[in-house]
Amino acid sequence: MVQNIIDVRNLSKSFDISSKEPGIKGTIKHFFRRKTKNLKVIKDISFEIKEGEIVGFLGANGAGKTTILKMLCGLIYPSEGSISVSGYLPFRRKENFLKNITLIMGQKQQLIWDLPPIESFYLNASIYDLDKLEAKKRIKKLSDMLELDEEIFIPVRKLSLGQRMKSELLAALIHEPNILFLDEPTLGLDINAQRNLRKFLQKYNKETNATICLTSHYMKDITSLCKRVICVHEGSISYDGKLDLLLKKLSPVKDILIVCRSEEDAIKLEKYGFTVKNKIKNEITIKIENNSITSSLKTILNNFDIEDLFINEPPIDEIIGKVLIKKDYDI
Amino acid sequence: MNISKYLKVYKKFLHTSLASELEYKTNILVDLITAILSLIGSIFLLSIFFQNNGYIGGWKFEQALIIQAIYTILNGITNTWFNPNLTEIVKHIREGTLDFVLLKPIDSQFFISLKKLNPSGFLEIILGFFLLFFCIRINQINLNLSFLTLSLITISCSICILYSLWFFISTTTIWFVKTWNATEVLRSFLYIGRFPLNSFSFSLRIFFSIFIPIAFITTIPSEVFLGLSQSWKILLEVIVASVFFITSRKFWLFALKFYSSASS
Repeated sequence: MVQNIIDVRNLSKSFDISSKEPGIKGTIKHFFRRKTKNLKVIKDISFEIKEGEIVGFLGANGAGKTTILKMLCGLIYPSEGSISVSGYLPFRRKENFLKNITLIMGQKQQLIWDLPPIESFYLNASIYDLDKLEAKKRIKKLSDMLELDEEIFIPVRKLSLGQRMKSELLAALIHEPNILFLDEPTLGLDINAQRNLRKFLQKYNKETNATICLTSHYMKDITSLCKRVICVHEGSISYDGKLDLLLKKLSPVKDILIVCRSEEDAIKLEKYGFTVKNKIKNEITIKIENNSITSSLKTILNNFDIEDLFINEPPIDEIIGKVLIKKDYDI
Repeated sequence: MNISKYLKVYKKFLHTSLASELEYKTNILVDLITAILSLIGSIFLLSIFFQNNGYIGGWKFEQALIIQAIYTILNGITNTWFNPNLTEIVKHIREGTLDFVLLKPIDSQFFISLKKLNPSGFLEIILGFFLLFFCIRINQINLNLSFLTLSLITISCSICILYSLWFFISTTTIWFVKTWNATEVLRSFLYIGRFPLNSFSFSLRIFFSIFIPIAFITTIPSEVFLGLSQSWKILLEVIVASVFFITSRKFWLFALKFYSSASS
Protein backbone atom coordinates (compact mmCIF):
# COMPACT_ATOMS: atom_id res chain seq x y z
CA MET A 1 0.00 0.00 0.00
CA VAL A 2 1.32 3.44 -0.92
CA GLN A 3 2.09 5.60 2.10
CA ASN A 4 0.83 9.13 2.67
CA ILE A 5 3.79 11.44 2.38
CA ILE A 6 1.88 14.64 3.12
CA ASP A 7 -0.79 14.84 5.78
CA VAL A 8 -2.62 18.08 6.44
CA ARG A 9 -5.26 18.37 9.19
CA ASN A 10 -7.50 21.38 9.87
CA LEU A 11 -4.90 23.80 8.60
CA SER A 12 -5.59 27.53 8.83
CA LYS A 13 -3.46 30.60 8.26
CA SER A 14 -4.22 34.21 9.09
CA PHE A 15 -2.32 37.34 8.13
CA ASP A 16 -2.56 40.91 9.37
CA ILE A 17 -3.20 42.93 6.25
CA SER A 18 -3.31 46.73 6.09
CA SER A 19 -5.53 48.63 3.67
CA LYS A 20 -5.18 52.18 2.40
CA GLU A 21 -7.76 54.66 1.09
CA PRO A 22 -6.88 56.37 -2.21
CA GLY A 23 -5.49 59.90 -2.50
CA ILE A 24 -3.12 62.01 -0.45
CA LYS A 25 -5.50 62.13 2.53
CA GLY A 26 -5.63 58.35 2.54
CA THR A 27 -1.83 58.16 2.30
CA ILE A 28 -1.33 60.49 5.30
CA LYS A 29 -3.95 58.63 7.31
CA HIS A 30 -2.29 55.35 6.34
CA PHE A 31 1.11 56.65 7.45
CA PHE A 32 0.01 57.79 10.91
CA ARG A 33 -2.74 55.34 11.67
CA ARG A 34 -2.50 52.12 9.79
CA LYS A 35 -5.70 50.14 9.65
CA THR A 36 -4.95 46.45 9.77
CA LYS A 37 -7.31 43.57 9.80
CA ASN A 38 -6.73 39.94 10.44
CA LEU A 39 -7.51 37.98 7.32
CA LYS A 40 -7.93 34.24 7.35
CA VAL A 41 -6.43 33.21 4.03
CA ILE A 42 -6.53 29.45 4.61
CA LYS A 43 -9.58 28.08 6.35
CA ASP A 44 -9.53 24.73 8.07
CA ILE A 45 -8.33 22.56 5.20
CA SER A 46 -7.45 18.87 5.37
CA PHE A 47 -5.99 16.53 2.75
CA GLU A 48 -3.36 13.91 2.27
CA ILE A 49 -1.02 13.14 -0.63
CA LYS A 50 0.47 9.75 -1.39
CA GLU A 51 4.08 9.08 -2.30
CA GLY A 52 4.66 9.45 -6.03
CA GLU A 53 1.42 11.35 -6.65
CA ILE A 54 1.30 14.47 -8.82
CA VAL A 55 -1.33 16.82 -7.41
CA GLY A 56 -2.40 20.08 -9.01
CA PHE A 57 -3.62 22.95 -6.85
CA LEU A 58 -6.18 24.98 -8.75
CA GLY A 59 -7.62 28.30 -7.75
CA ALA A 60 -8.09 31.91 -8.77
CA ASN A 61 -5.42 34.50 -7.95
CA GLY A 62 -5.31 35.01 -4.19
CA ALA A 63 -7.25 31.80 -3.47
CA GLY A 64 -4.44 30.56 -1.19
CA LYS A 65 -2.63 27.97 -3.36
CA THR A 66 0.84 29.45 -2.89
CA THR A 67 0.26 29.94 0.84
CA ILE A 68 -0.60 26.23 1.14
CA LEU A 69 2.55 25.31 -0.80
CA LYS A 70 4.68 27.59 1.37
CA MET A 71 3.26 26.06 4.53
CA LEU A 72 3.95 22.58 3.17
CA CYS A 73 7.57 23.37 2.53
CA GLY A 74 8.01 25.10 5.87
CA LEU A 75 8.39 28.72 4.84
CA ILE A 76 5.29 29.95 6.64
CA TYR A 77 4.13 28.99 10.11
CA PRO A 78 0.55 27.75 10.18
CA SER A 79 -1.86 29.60 12.50
CA GLU A 80 -3.84 26.47 13.35
CA GLY A 81 -3.87 22.79 12.47
CA SER A 82 -1.14 20.32 11.72
CA ILE A 83 1.08 19.44 8.75
CA SER A 84 3.29 16.43 8.35
CA VAL A 85 5.55 16.17 5.32
CA SER A 86 7.65 13.04 5.04
CA GLY A 87 7.14 12.60 8.79
CA TYR A 88 8.50 16.05 9.63
CA LEU A 89 6.87 19.26 10.86
CA PRO A 90 7.86 21.46 7.91
CA PHE A 91 8.19 24.77 9.77
CA ARG A 92 10.96 23.33 11.95
CA ARG A 93 13.04 23.08 8.77
CA LYS A 94 15.19 20.18 9.97
CA GLU A 95 18.22 19.43 7.81
CA ASN A 96 16.98 15.99 6.72
CA PHE A 97 13.59 17.43 5.79
CA LEU A 98 15.19 20.18 3.70
CA LYS A 99 17.35 17.61 1.90
CA ASN A 100 14.14 15.84 0.87
CA ILE A 101 12.24 18.75 -0.66
CA THR A 102 12.60 21.51 -3.19
CA LEU A 103 10.63 24.60 -4.13
CA ILE A 104 10.60 25.97 -7.64
CA MET A 105 8.91 29.28 -8.31
CA GLY A 106 8.31 30.42 -11.86
CA GLN A 107 8.59 34.07 -10.93
CA LYS A 108 11.62 33.96 -8.65
CA GLN A 109 15.11 32.74 -9.29
CA GLN A 110 18.00 31.45 -7.25
CA LEU A 111 20.68 31.30 -9.95
CA ILE A 112 23.55 33.79 -9.68
CA TRP A 113 22.67 36.40 -12.30
CA ASP A 114 26.17 37.29 -13.51
CA LEU A 115 27.59 33.78 -13.65
CA PRO A 116 26.88 30.69 -15.75
CA PRO A 117 24.35 28.27 -14.16
CA ILE A 118 27.09 25.68 -13.63
CA GLU A 119 28.52 27.87 -10.82
CA SER A 120 25.17 27.87 -9.02
CA PHE A 121 24.90 24.08 -9.49
CA TYR A 122 28.25 23.50 -7.77
CA LEU A 123 27.38 26.00 -5.03
CA ASN A 124 24.15 24.12 -4.34
CA ALA A 125 26.03 20.83 -4.48
CA SER A 126 28.35 22.03 -1.70
CA ILE A 127 25.36 23.19 0.37
CA TYR A 128 23.82 19.72 0.00
CA ASP A 129 27.17 18.20 0.93
CA LEU A 130 27.75 16.43 -2.39
CA ASP A 131 31.30 15.73 -3.46
CA LYS A 132 32.53 17.09 -6.78
CA LEU A 133 32.34 13.76 -8.59
CA GLU A 134 28.78 13.04 -7.47
CA ALA A 135 27.74 16.60 -8.32
CA LYS A 136 29.26 16.26 -11.80
CA LYS A 137 27.40 12.99 -12.34
CA ARG A 138 24.06 14.49 -11.28
CA ILE A 139 24.57 17.64 -13.36
CA LYS A 140 25.27 15.47 -16.40
CA LYS A 141 22.23 13.28 -15.78
CA LEU A 142 19.85 16.19 -15.20
CA SER A 143 21.18 18.27 -18.08
CA ASP A 144 20.62 15.29 -20.38
CA MET A 145 17.06 14.93 -19.10
CA LEU A 146 16.43 18.67 -19.45
CA GLU A 147 18.20 18.83 -22.82
CA LEU A 148 20.61 21.47 -21.51
CA ASP A 149 23.94 21.64 -23.23
CA GLU A 150 26.31 24.59 -23.67
CA GLU A 151 23.79 26.89 -21.96
CA ILE A 152 25.05 25.94 -18.53
CA PHE A 153 28.36 27.69 -19.32
CA ILE A 154 26.75 30.98 -20.41
CA PRO A 155 26.01 33.75 -17.84
CA VAL A 156 22.42 33.51 -16.60
CA ARG A 157 21.64 37.09 -17.65
CA LYS A 158 22.24 36.08 -21.28
CA LEU A 159 19.95 33.02 -21.27
CA SER A 160 16.40 32.92 -22.58
CA LEU A 161 13.58 32.49 -20.07
CA GLY A 162 13.15 28.85 -21.10
CA GLN A 163 16.84 28.06 -20.67
CA ARG A 164 16.85 29.88 -17.35
CA MET A 165 13.88 27.90 -16.10
CA LYS A 166 15.51 24.61 -17.08
CA SER A 167 18.66 25.69 -15.25
CA GLU A 168 16.57 26.69 -12.23
CA LEU A 169 15.10 23.20 -12.25
CA LEU A 170 18.52 21.64 -12.40
CA ALA A 171 19.75 23.80 -9.51
CA ALA A 172 16.69 22.87 -7.49
CA LEU A 173 16.95 19.13 -8.20
CA ILE A 174 20.66 18.53 -7.80
CA HIS A 175 20.09 17.00 -4.36
CA GLU A 176 17.50 14.58 -5.83
CA PRO A 177 14.59 15.57 -3.58
CA ASN A 178 11.61 13.25 -3.34
CA ILE A 179 9.04 16.01 -2.85
CA LEU A 180 8.79 18.84 -5.36
CA PHE A 181 6.76 21.98 -4.74
CA LEU A 182 6.26 23.83 -8.00
CA ASP A 183 4.65 27.25 -8.02
CA GLU A 184 3.70 28.17 -11.58
CA PRO A 185 6.83 26.68 -13.11
CA THR A 186 5.79 27.37 -16.71
CA LEU A 187 4.96 31.04 -16.16
CA GLY A 188 5.97 33.10 -19.18
CA LEU A 189 7.42 30.18 -21.13
CA ASP A 190 6.59 29.62 -24.79
CA ILE A 191 4.54 26.57 -25.84
CA ASN A 192 7.55 24.39 -26.67
CA ALA A 193 9.37 25.26 -23.47
CA GLN A 194 6.18 24.51 -21.50
CA ARG A 195 5.84 21.12 -23.21
CA ASN A 196 9.50 20.25 -22.57
CA LEU A 197 9.18 21.15 -18.93
CA ARG A 198 6.07 19.00 -18.55
CA LYS A 199 7.82 16.11 -20.31
CA PHE A 200 10.73 16.46 -17.92
CA LEU A 201 8.50 16.48 -14.83
CA GLN A 202 6.66 13.37 -16.04
CA LYS A 203 9.96 11.62 -16.62
CA TYR A 204 11.37 12.72 -13.27
CA ASN A 205 8.26 11.49 -11.48
CA LYS A 206 8.40 8.16 -13.31
CA GLU A 207 12.09 7.59 -12.70
CA THR A 208 12.32 8.71 -9.07
CA ASN A 209 8.74 8.25 -7.84
CA ALA A 210 8.94 11.80 -6.49
CA THR A 211 5.80 13.44 -5.18
CA ILE A 212 4.91 16.64 -7.00
CA CYS A 213 2.65 19.44 -5.76
CA LEU A 214 1.99 21.90 -8.52
CA THR A 215 0.15 25.18 -8.97
CA SER A 216 -0.36 26.57 -12.44
CA HIS A 217 -2.72 28.80 -14.33
CA TYR A 218 -1.93 26.91 -17.55
CA MET A 219 -4.53 24.16 -17.75
CA LYS A 220 -2.31 22.13 -20.04
CA ASP A 221 0.16 21.74 -17.14
CA ILE A 222 -2.60 20.39 -14.95
CA THR A 223 -4.24 18.10 -17.50
CA SER A 224 -1.04 16.55 -18.74
CA LEU A 225 0.61 16.09 -15.34
CA CYS A 226 -2.03 15.69 -12.66
CA LYS A 227 -4.52 12.89 -12.20
CA ARG A 228 -5.69 14.51 -9.00
CA VAL A 229 -6.54 18.15 -8.36
CA ILE A 230 -7.27 20.14 -5.23
CA CYS A 231 -9.38 23.20 -5.99
CA VAL A 232 -8.94 26.09 -3.59
CA HIS A 233 -11.62 28.74 -3.32
CA GLU A 234 -11.11 31.67 -0.93
CA GLY A 235 -8.87 29.59 1.34
CA SER A 236 -11.12 26.51 1.47
CA ILE A 237 -10.98 23.33 -0.55
CA SER A 238 -13.89 23.26 -2.98
CA TYR A 239 -12.90 19.99 -4.65
CA ASP A 240 -10.34 17.28 -3.99
CA GLY A 241 -10.35 14.32 -6.33
CA LYS A 242 -9.71 12.96 -9.79
CA LEU A 243 -9.43 15.53 -12.55
CA ASP A 244 -11.34 13.48 -15.16
CA LEU A 245 -14.23 13.01 -12.74
CA LEU A 246 -14.40 16.74 -12.21
CA LEU A 247 -14.33 17.39 -15.94
CA LYS A 248 -17.11 14.87 -16.57
CA LYS A 249 -19.22 16.38 -13.85
CA LEU A 250 -18.71 19.93 -15.04
CA SER A 251 -19.07 19.14 -18.68
CA PRO A 252 -21.73 16.40 -19.04
CA VAL A 253 -22.35 17.05 -22.76
CA LYS A 254 -20.19 17.13 -25.87
CA ASP A 255 -20.73 19.10 -29.07
CA ILE A 256 -20.88 16.92 -32.23
CA LEU A 257 -20.47 18.65 -35.55
CA ILE A 258 -22.02 16.57 -38.35
CA VAL A 259 -21.44 17.37 -41.99
CA CYS A 260 -24.31 15.78 -44.00
CA ARG A 261 -24.16 14.94 -47.72
CA SER A 262 -27.15 17.20 -48.39
CA GLU A 263 -29.06 19.97 -46.68
CA GLU A 264 -32.18 17.71 -46.63
CA ASP A 265 -30.32 15.23 -44.45
CA ALA A 266 -29.38 18.06 -42.10
CA ILE A 267 -33.05 19.11 -41.87
CA LYS A 268 -34.08 15.48 -41.22
CA LEU A 269 -31.44 15.22 -38.47
CA GLU A 270 -32.64 18.49 -36.96
CA LYS A 271 -36.12 17.04 -36.62
CA TYR A 272 -34.95 13.70 -35.21
CA GLY A 273 -35.02 14.79 -31.59
CA PHE A 274 -31.42 15.77 -30.80
CA THR A 275 -30.65 19.06 -29.03
CA VAL A 276 -29.45 21.26 -31.86
CA LYS A 277 -26.95 23.94 -31.02
CA ASN A 278 -26.35 25.32 -34.46
CA LYS A 279 -27.17 24.63 -38.13
CA ILE A 280 -25.60 26.14 -41.25
CA LYS A 281 -26.67 24.56 -44.57
CA ASN A 282 -25.57 20.90 -44.44
CA GLU A 283 -23.57 21.32 -41.20
CA ILE A 284 -25.33 20.76 -37.93
CA THR A 285 -23.99 20.87 -34.35
CA ILE A 286 -25.84 18.81 -31.76
CA LYS A 287 -25.31 18.34 -28.03
CA ILE A 288 -25.09 14.76 -26.72
CA GLU A 289 -24.72 13.63 -23.14
CA ASN A 290 -21.42 11.88 -22.38
CA ASN A 291 -23.12 8.63 -21.32
CA SER A 292 -25.12 8.27 -24.56
CA ILE A 293 -22.50 9.23 -27.10
CA THR A 294 -21.92 5.71 -28.46
CA SER A 295 -25.61 4.84 -28.94
CA SER A 296 -26.42 8.27 -30.40
CA LEU A 297 -23.57 8.10 -32.89
CA LYS A 298 -24.66 4.59 -33.93
CA THR A 299 -28.19 5.92 -34.62
CA ILE A 300 -26.86 8.84 -36.66
CA LEU A 301 -24.49 6.71 -38.74
CA ASN A 302 -27.17 4.10 -39.44
CA ASN A 303 -29.96 6.52 -40.38
CA PHE A 304 -28.25 9.44 -42.12
CA ASP A 305 -25.90 9.96 -45.01
CA ILE A 306 -22.92 11.52 -43.23
CA GLU A 307 -19.91 13.03 -44.99
CA ASP A 308 -17.86 13.90 -41.87
CA LEU A 309 -18.20 14.08 -38.09
CA PHE A 310 -16.28 15.91 -35.34
CA ILE A 311 -16.55 15.47 -31.57
CA ASN A 312 -15.64 18.70 -29.80
CA GLU A 313 -14.58 18.76 -26.17
CA PRO A 314 -15.49 22.04 -24.44
CA PRO A 315 -12.34 24.09 -23.70
CA ILE A 316 -10.82 22.95 -20.41
CA ASP A 317 -10.06 26.52 -19.33
CA GLU A 318 -13.78 27.25 -19.55
CA ILE A 319 -14.64 24.22 -17.40
CA ILE A 320 -11.98 24.88 -14.79
CA GLY A 321 -13.00 28.54 -14.78
CA LYS A 322 -16.32 27.38 -13.35
CA VAL A 323 -14.53 25.61 -10.49
CA LEU A 324 -12.55 28.68 -9.55
CA ILE A 325 -15.64 30.72 -8.82
CA LYS A 326 -17.67 28.06 -7.04
CA LYS A 327 -17.40 27.20 -3.37
CA ASP A 328 -18.31 23.52 -3.34
CA TYR A 329 -18.22 20.56 -5.68
CA ASP A 330 -19.70 17.28 -4.62
CA ILE A 331 -18.76 14.63 -7.11
CA MET B 1 27.40 21.91 12.88
CA ASN B 2 29.54 20.31 10.20
CA ILE B 3 32.53 22.70 10.06
CA SER B 4 34.13 21.13 6.98
CA LYS B 5 30.87 21.52 5.04
CA TYR B 6 30.63 25.17 6.07
CA LEU B 7 34.24 25.78 5.03
CA LYS B 8 33.54 24.12 1.69
CA VAL B 9 30.46 26.28 1.18
CA TYR B 10 32.34 29.42 2.17
CA LYS B 11 35.05 28.57 -0.37
CA LYS B 12 32.30 28.39 -2.99
CA PHE B 13 30.86 31.73 -1.79
CA LEU B 14 34.30 33.31 -2.21
CA HIS B 15 34.72 31.83 -5.63
CA THR B 16 31.27 32.81 -6.96
CA SER B 17 31.29 36.33 -5.56
CA LEU B 18 34.81 37.04 -6.82
CA ALA B 19 33.82 35.69 -10.23
CA SER B 20 30.64 37.83 -10.22
CA GLU B 21 32.52 40.99 -9.29
CA LEU B 22 35.30 40.37 -11.81
CA GLU B 23 32.66 40.39 -14.56
CA TYR B 24 32.60 44.19 -14.12
CA LYS B 25 36.22 45.36 -14.28
CA THR B 26 35.51 49.12 -14.43
CA ASN B 27 33.34 48.94 -11.32
CA ILE B 28 36.22 47.39 -9.38
CA LEU B 29 38.62 50.08 -10.61
CA VAL B 30 36.21 52.87 -9.58
CA ASP B 31 35.79 51.27 -6.14
CA LEU B 32 39.56 51.04 -5.67
CA ILE B 33 40.06 54.72 -6.57
CA THR B 34 37.19 55.69 -4.22
CA ALA B 35 38.82 53.77 -1.34
CA ILE B 36 42.18 55.57 -1.81
CA LEU B 37 40.56 59.01 -2.14
CA SER B 38 38.34 58.37 0.86
CA LEU B 39 41.34 57.52 3.06
CA ILE B 40 43.28 60.60 1.91
CA GLY B 41 40.18 62.76 2.58
CA SER B 42 39.74 61.31 6.08
CA ILE B 43 43.37 61.92 7.07
CA PHE B 44 43.18 65.44 5.67
CA LEU B 45 40.02 66.12 7.70
CA LEU B 46 41.63 64.75 10.84
CA SER B 47 44.72 66.91 10.31
CA ILE B 48 42.51 70.03 10.04
CA PHE B 49 41.00 69.27 13.47
CA PHE B 50 44.48 69.04 14.97
CA GLN B 51 45.92 72.08 13.13
CA ASN B 52 45.26 74.72 15.79
CA ASN B 53 45.34 72.50 18.80
CA GLY B 54 47.88 69.69 19.12
CA TYR B 55 45.46 67.60 21.23
CA ILE B 56 41.80 66.54 20.98
CA GLY B 57 40.33 64.86 24.03
CA GLY B 58 43.85 64.23 25.27
CA TRP B 59 44.92 62.49 22.02
CA LYS B 60 47.79 63.65 19.78
CA PHE B 61 47.39 63.59 15.98
CA GLU B 62 49.74 60.58 15.70
CA GLN B 63 47.65 58.71 18.27
CA ALA B 64 44.36 59.67 16.64
CA LEU B 65 45.72 58.26 13.39
CA ILE B 66 45.50 54.80 15.03
CA ILE B 67 41.76 55.28 15.37
CA GLN B 68 41.65 56.30 11.73
CA ALA B 69 43.61 53.14 10.80
CA ILE B 70 41.26 50.88 12.76
CA TYR B 71 38.27 52.71 11.32
CA THR B 72 39.68 52.16 7.80
CA ILE B 73 40.15 48.43 8.48
CA LEU B 74 36.61 48.14 9.85
CA ASN B 75 35.19 50.17 7.00
CA GLY B 76 37.02 47.84 4.62
CA ILE B 77 35.45 44.85 6.34
CA THR B 78 32.07 46.60 6.15
CA ASN B 79 32.50 47.19 2.43
CA THR B 80 33.86 43.70 1.77
CA TRP B 81 31.29 41.64 3.69
CA PHE B 82 28.60 43.58 5.55
CA ASN B 83 27.51 45.97 2.85
CA PRO B 84 27.02 43.46 0.00
CA ASN B 85 25.33 40.91 2.25
CA LEU B 86 23.40 42.71 4.96
CA THR B 87 21.84 45.32 2.67
CA GLU B 88 20.75 42.41 0.52
CA ILE B 89 18.58 41.05 3.39
CA VAL B 90 16.10 43.86 2.73
CA LYS B 91 15.94 42.80 -0.92
CA HIS B 92 15.59 39.11 0.01
CA ILE B 93 12.62 39.89 2.23
CA ARG B 94 10.91 42.38 -0.07
CA GLU B 95 11.18 40.14 -3.11
CA GLY B 96 10.67 36.85 -1.29
CA THR B 97 13.96 35.30 -2.39
CA LEU B 98 14.68 34.55 1.26
CA ASP B 99 12.50 31.49 0.55
CA PHE B 100 15.41 29.88 -1.29
CA VAL B 101 17.79 30.58 1.60
CA LEU B 102 15.44 29.19 4.23
CA LEU B 103 14.91 25.98 2.28
CA LYS B 104 18.59 25.15 2.09
CA PRO B 105 20.06 22.73 4.64
CA ILE B 106 22.45 25.35 5.91
CA ASP B 107 22.30 28.00 8.60
CA SER B 108 20.34 30.90 7.10
CA GLN B 109 22.29 33.55 9.05
CA PHE B 110 25.58 32.13 7.77
CA PHE B 111 24.21 32.09 4.22
CA ILE B 112 22.86 35.63 4.10
CA SER B 113 25.77 37.13 6.02
CA LEU B 114 28.59 35.67 3.96
CA LYS B 115 27.31 34.75 0.52
CA LYS B 116 28.65 37.84 -1.23
CA LEU B 117 31.96 39.60 -1.12
CA ASN B 118 33.12 42.89 -2.57
CA PRO B 119 36.84 42.52 -3.41
CA SER B 120 37.41 46.26 -3.66
CA GLY B 121 36.90 46.46 0.12
CA PHE B 122 40.13 44.47 0.46
CA LEU B 123 42.16 47.48 -0.62
CA GLU B 124 40.69 49.51 2.23
CA ILE B 125 41.65 46.75 4.66
CA ILE B 126 45.20 46.68 3.27
CA LEU B 127 45.42 50.50 3.40
CA GLY B 128 44.14 50.40 6.97
CA PHE B 129 46.86 47.92 7.95
CA PHE B 130 49.53 50.02 6.24
CA LEU B 131 48.37 53.05 8.20
CA LEU B 132 48.30 50.96 11.38
CA PHE B 133 51.91 49.78 10.88
CA PHE B 134 52.92 53.37 10.13
CA CYS B 135 51.24 54.44 13.42
CA ILE B 136 53.02 51.65 15.30
CA ARG B 137 56.31 53.06 14.03
CA ILE B 138 55.67 56.73 14.70
CA ASN B 139 54.17 56.03 18.11
CA GLN B 140 57.07 53.66 18.90
CA ILE B 141 54.77 50.86 19.95
CA ASN B 142 56.46 47.72 21.20
CA LEU B 143 55.08 44.67 19.37
CA ASN B 144 54.89 41.77 21.81
CA LEU B 145 52.66 38.72 22.14
CA SER B 146 50.26 40.12 24.74
CA PHE B 147 49.88 43.30 22.69
CA LEU B 148 49.12 41.32 19.54
CA THR B 149 46.63 39.05 21.37
CA LEU B 150 44.81 41.97 22.95
CA SER B 151 44.62 43.91 19.71
CA LEU B 152 43.33 40.84 17.90
CA ILE B 153 40.67 40.28 20.58
CA THR B 154 39.52 43.89 20.61
CA ILE B 155 39.43 44.25 16.82
CA SER B 156 37.49 40.95 16.53
CA CYS B 157 35.03 42.22 19.14
CA SER B 158 34.66 45.47 17.19
CA ILE B 159 33.84 43.53 14.02
CA CYS B 160 31.39 41.43 15.99
CA ILE B 161 29.59 44.47 17.49
CA LEU B 162 29.39 46.19 14.14
CA TYR B 163 28.07 43.08 12.41
CA SER B 164 25.50 42.37 15.13
CA LEU B 165 24.17 45.93 15.11
CA TRP B 166 23.82 45.91 11.36
CA PHE B 167 22.30 42.45 11.26
CA PHE B 168 19.85 43.36 14.01
CA ILE B 169 18.62 46.39 12.06
CA SER B 170 18.37 44.39 8.82
CA THR B 171 16.35 41.69 10.60
CA THR B 172 13.65 44.21 11.49
CA THR B 173 12.87 44.25 7.76
CA ILE B 174 10.77 41.15 8.39
CA TRP B 175 8.23 43.45 10.09
CA PHE B 176 8.96 46.86 8.57
CA VAL B 177 9.95 45.66 5.07
CA LYS B 178 12.07 48.74 4.28
CA THR B 179 14.86 49.70 6.70
CA TRP B 180 17.53 51.08 4.40
CA ASN B 181 17.41 54.41 6.25
CA ALA B 182 18.20 52.76 9.55
CA THR B 183 21.33 51.08 8.19
CA GLU B 184 22.36 54.40 6.64
CA VAL B 185 22.01 56.06 10.08
CA LEU B 186 24.22 53.30 11.51
CA ARG B 187 26.84 53.97 8.83
CA SER B 188 26.82 57.69 9.60
CA PHE B 189 27.24 56.93 13.31
CA LEU B 190 30.23 54.85 12.32
CA TYR B 191 31.94 57.96 10.93
CA ILE B 192 31.97 59.21 14.51
CA GLY B 193 34.19 56.27 15.33
CA ARG B 194 37.06 58.07 13.54
CA PHE B 195 37.44 60.41 16.49
CA PRO B 196 38.56 59.56 20.05
CA LEU B 197 35.65 59.06 22.43
CA ASN B 198 37.13 61.64 24.83
CA SER B 199 36.70 64.35 22.22
CA PHE B 200 32.92 64.27 22.77
CA SER B 201 30.88 65.74 25.61
CA PHE B 202 29.98 63.51 28.57
CA SER B 203 26.39 62.91 27.43
CA LEU B 204 27.52 61.95 23.91
CA ARG B 205 30.15 59.64 25.38
CA ILE B 206 27.44 57.86 27.34
CA PHE B 207 25.25 57.67 24.22
CA PHE B 208 28.03 56.25 22.06
CA SER B 209 29.05 53.77 24.75
CA ILE B 210 25.68 52.43 25.83
CA PHE B 211 23.05 52.96 23.15
CA ILE B 212 25.15 52.73 20.02
CA PRO B 213 28.48 51.32 21.16
CA ILE B 214 30.58 53.01 18.52
CA ALA B 215 33.10 53.82 21.25
CA PHE B 216 33.82 50.14 21.70
CA ILE B 217 34.36 49.67 18.02
CA THR B 218 37.38 51.96 17.50
CA THR B 219 38.45 53.65 20.72
CA ILE B 220 39.12 50.56 22.86
CA PRO B 221 41.27 48.78 20.22
CA SER B 222 43.18 52.05 19.74
CA GLU B 223 43.79 52.31 23.46
CA VAL B 224 45.29 48.82 23.33
CA PHE B 225 47.72 50.01 20.67
CA LEU B 226 48.76 52.96 22.78
CA GLY B 227 49.12 50.93 25.97
CA LEU B 228 46.35 53.02 27.56
CA SER B 229 43.84 50.23 27.85
CA GLN B 230 42.45 48.97 31.11
CA SER B 231 41.57 45.29 31.56
CA TRP B 232 37.99 46.06 32.62
CA LYS B 233 37.40 47.95 29.37
CA ILE B 234 38.66 45.02 27.28
CA LEU B 235 36.56 42.60 29.30
CA LEU B 236 33.57 44.88 28.88
CA GLU B 237 34.13 44.95 25.12
CA VAL B 238 34.22 41.14 25.02
CA ILE B 239 30.97 40.98 27.03
CA VAL B 240 29.27 43.64 24.87
CA ALA B 241 30.35 41.83 21.68
CA SER B 242 29.09 38.45 22.96
CA VAL B 243 25.77 39.91 24.12
CA PHE B 244 25.28 41.72 20.82
CA PHE B 245 26.12 38.64 18.77
CA ILE B 246 23.90 36.27 20.77
CA THR B 247 21.04 38.80 20.76
CA SER B 248 21.26 39.31 17.01
CA ARG B 249 21.23 35.53 16.49
CA LYS B 250 18.24 34.98 18.80
CA PHE B 251 16.44 37.94 17.24
CA TRP B 252 16.92 36.50 13.74
CA LEU B 253 15.52 33.11 14.75
CA PHE B 254 12.59 34.82 16.49
CA ALA B 255 11.91 37.09 13.49
CA LEU B 256 11.81 34.16 11.08
CA LYS B 257 8.64 32.98 12.80
CA PHE B 258 6.97 36.13 11.48
CA TYR B 259 8.33 35.81 7.95
CA SER B 260 5.37 35.71 5.64
CA SER B 261 7.25 35.50 2.32
CA ALA B 262 6.41 37.82 -0.56
CA SER B 263 3.31 37.08 -2.55
CA SER B 264 3.78 35.54 -5.97
